[in-house]
Amino acid sequence: MNRLSVVRAGIRSGLIVGVGAVFIVLIGMVQTFAKRYLTGDITLAMVILLTFGLAAGVLAARQMARSSPELGPKVLAAAISGLTTGVMLAGLLLVVSQVSLREVLVNATPEMVAALSFGLPLSGAAGLLTGISVAMAVIAVLSGLLPPRLRRALLEGLMAVILIGLFWEAIIGLDVSRLVMNFLGVKAGKVLPLPGGIGLLVVVSLVTYLLRARPRPETAVVRQRRSRAWRSISLVLIAGVMAALPFAVGLFWSQTLTTIGLFTLMGLGLNIVVGMAGLLDLGYVAFYAIGAYTMALFSSPASSLQLGLPFWVALPIALVFAAISGILLGIPVLRLRGDYLAIVTLGFGEIIRILALSDMLKPYIGGPQGIMETPPPYFFGVPLSDPRYLYYLILAACLVVVFISLRLNDSRIGRAWIAVREDEDVAQAMGINLVAAKLMAFAIGACFAGVGGAIFAARQGAIFPMDFTLFVSINVLCLIIIGGMGSIPGVITGAFFLIGLPEVLREVDEYRVLAYGAGLVIMMLVRPGGLLPSARRRLELEEKAEEVETDVAR
Amino acid sequence: MAVVSQEARISRAPAVKLSLNRILLWVVGLGVTALVVWRIAGTAAQGLYGPEIWLMQTLNGLVQGSMYALVALGYTMVYGILLMINFAHGEIFMIGAMSGYFVLNGFHQSGFLASNPVPALLITFLVGMGVPPIVGILLERIAYRPLRRAPRLVPLICAIGASFFLQQAVRLLFGIRTKVYPTVAVLSGSWTVSVGEREVRIQHMSVLIIVITMILMVALFLLVRKTKIGKAMRAVAEDKETAALMGIDVDRVIMVTFAIGAVLAGAAGVMWGLWYKQVIHTVGFIPGIKAFTAAVLGGIGNIPGAMMGGLFLGFVEAIAPTALDISTQLKDVISFGLLVIVLIFRPSGILGEVLTGKKA
Repeated sequence: MNRLSVVRAGIRSGLIVGVGAVFIVLIGMVQTFAKRYLTGDITLAMVILLTFGLAAGVLAARQMARSSPELGPKVLAAAISGLTTGVMLAGLLLVVSQVSLREVLVNATPEMVAALSFGLPLSGAAGLLTGISVAMAVIAVLSGLLPPRLRRALLEGLMAVILIGLFWEAIIGLDVSRLVMNFLGVKAGKVLPLPGGIGLLVVVSLVTYLLRARPRPETAVVRQRRSRAWRSISLVLIAGVMAALPFAVGLFWSQTLTTIGLFTLMGLGLNIVVGMAGLLDLGYVAFYAIGAYTMALFSSPASSLQLGLPFWVALPIALVFAAISGILLGIPVLRLRGDYLAIVTLGFGEIIRILALSDMLKPYIGGPQGIMETPPPYFFGVPLSDPRYLYYLILAACLVVVFISLRLNDSRIGRAWIAVREDEDVAQAMGINLVAAKLMAFAIGACFAGVGGAIFAARQGAIFPMDFTLFVSINVLCLIIIGGMGSIPGVITGAFFLIGLPEVLREVDEYRVLAYGAGLVIMMLVRPGGLLPSARRRLELEEKAEEVETDVAR
Repeated sequence: MAVVSQEARISRAPAVKLSLNRILLWVVGLGVTALVVWRIAGTAAQGLYGPEIWLMQTLNGLVQGSMYALVALGYTMVYGILLMINFAHGEIFMIGAMSGYFVLNGFHQSGFLASNPVPALLITFLVGMGVPPIVGILLERIAYRPLRRAPRLVPLICAIGASFFLQQAVRLLFGIRTKVYPTVAVLSGSWTVSVGEREVRIQHMSVLIIVITMILMVALFLLVRKTKIGKAMRAVAEDKETAALMGIDVDRVIMVTFAIGAVLAGAAGVMWGLWYKQVIHTVGFIPGIKAFTAAVLGGIGNIPGAMMGGLFLGFVEAIAPTALDISTQLKDVISFGLLVIVLIFRPSGILGEVLTGKKA
């Protein structure tokens, strides 16, 4: 009976991971990443294949943990799980190499066979895949025997190697690294060399191991006092880095940074609407579009208005227009429940896009041709067309918006929003004016997006309806949810990861939307608070966890 | 004294504001109605279009509406039971259309479609209706079930994520290329009916689509009204806890609901492919929102309402551009506009919501 349940748990978890693994292989990830070297000859594809085995082992161990805490059955289940996953992968390899499936599954190509077989003959490759999978599954379980501190340090070392290896090309391409290399007189290849990788692993693991040497108990006061000092130091550091960034990283990265900045602006705006007031707005891109179109209409000499106003005059106009459209959208949808609101705003966003594309408004806003010749902003006569200069403008805008968000967060209206988010009826009973609170959220959120849109128009020089698809809304939604709803550092981190990463790793771009979708689902299932939950949210979550514990104790 | 005035202010202020809001909404509503009437009158006065055009458009609208209605049923049933918008339902529809394509295309290439068109079509429909429920059930099991007790926005966001995931998974697995349904010789003909002096061509395909839709709707109606599982579904929609106490396996009922919705959406997907020929991974998005609009029009949670709402929306979409004399580019604006208007003025739908009061 017991042995049977071990086998069953192993096969079950192996099948789950195996299906996932086959899916990941079939969407072409392995062959795409076979050319992305991490260190030496190790590619990202190999790491992905190893991860399948690890996942199979971890899942099996977790399933076994409920029934038997001993190591023996766990290892057995993990081995069976790894075997199942490995056999599925090997089977996939054999099938794809023998039968042509390209007609249906576009990625089932000879390249996939090559990426899976590492130049070995087929039978050998199939055996290798299975063997690796079993070995990794067992390693995953056995690593639980290591002291947690050591295991964590090793894990962090591995992560560091993977991250630095992944971004090696980008890192050595930075202006600042070129300077350093010229100074030292060394030249770096396109791939992190293997000794370097191993060295990095050892150093990072050692440092993190030693850093976590003495976990001494400290009182809340000490922690608080230290954190205050720590905070001001880190603030100064961050400010310095931020100010020097564009010239340290060079032109391409500065462009990426400006994109990240624009998305941060939108993210902070949507954060107010969704994160604080709890109004799920899926048509948020509409306000971005309105900001951009207003800027282009008023500042471009080629637009239908032919005004050619300077950026600084057009910016407030764009801001006001965005805010007004926020209120105009807000009035009719005030009474809607949360999920209806999402669909209506989605419809609103699509209406704006279709109108922008339509022939009806073509004489005014140019239809699919958009509006050309939007001038860059001038700062005391200096055109900010270089992204390195434009960066400062966007940084300034972000800082203003962050400041406003922080103040709003602690203000009366901020608390009103949170009350509305938690329970509308109770909030109203407590004397909160729902109409005012909701309209305020829409207007401020729209304002932030409008500023972003206006700067976007000035940066691009020309805008087209295709710049304002639903995908932008979803992108912004993703970054605030993955970063942490209602949390300002979360939004910024989210913007860096979700916008910056695909810019740097071009292959990832292919899987970007897939990953966003999966990210939303996983975050909702695992950590609805986001990676960096807001302080308030964190407290709520902790409270809930305590409640559950006490319930169990009773 | 002061207390009294304070109280008076408190009690009066919201009432005034609300009525102002109401009046504003009604002014907007009347304005829209007047505009619509004026445009229709203008078109009618011009007399550009003969009766045969109207008949054609009505028929097209019925075909379009049938597909919307089938998809709308999935939205409405899930909403009726879980009170959540299954945002990924449009993707389920797309998966039906895609699986239908692969089967029909296979038959086309092997020559089976030319030699035995009826069994080929039958199998296509069966597969097109068989694959989506698998995805639907997996979706429910993985993404929605753990979130049943979560705050409302959480499952909705999860559904949005699932929608994008499914769309992209199909793109990455089966390629970005537009898939073109092969022409089915049996269905490509048409009957000619004369209306006055002019003639109207009625395509065989449109009749087939309407007939299949009718059959499916009757089947659904019988299933919900006459069978045990239908009774269980109604019970769960009414009150989950009590239903569970009565010995109904709520999880199973919810699973069945997802499966039935997916079967209907899959059938609509195959019809969509046969009718419009072209299928791509994003094909589910717009019809998904339209079908949701249809579900809302009929009163979400209300099964006959979704059927009527779908047909009504298809009809409006086919007629409106002609009647209002505006460009067909703006067809989508009309239906989204309709959605917004209905949600604002009559959120319980035209036929009324079954679940009123259970706003939660």
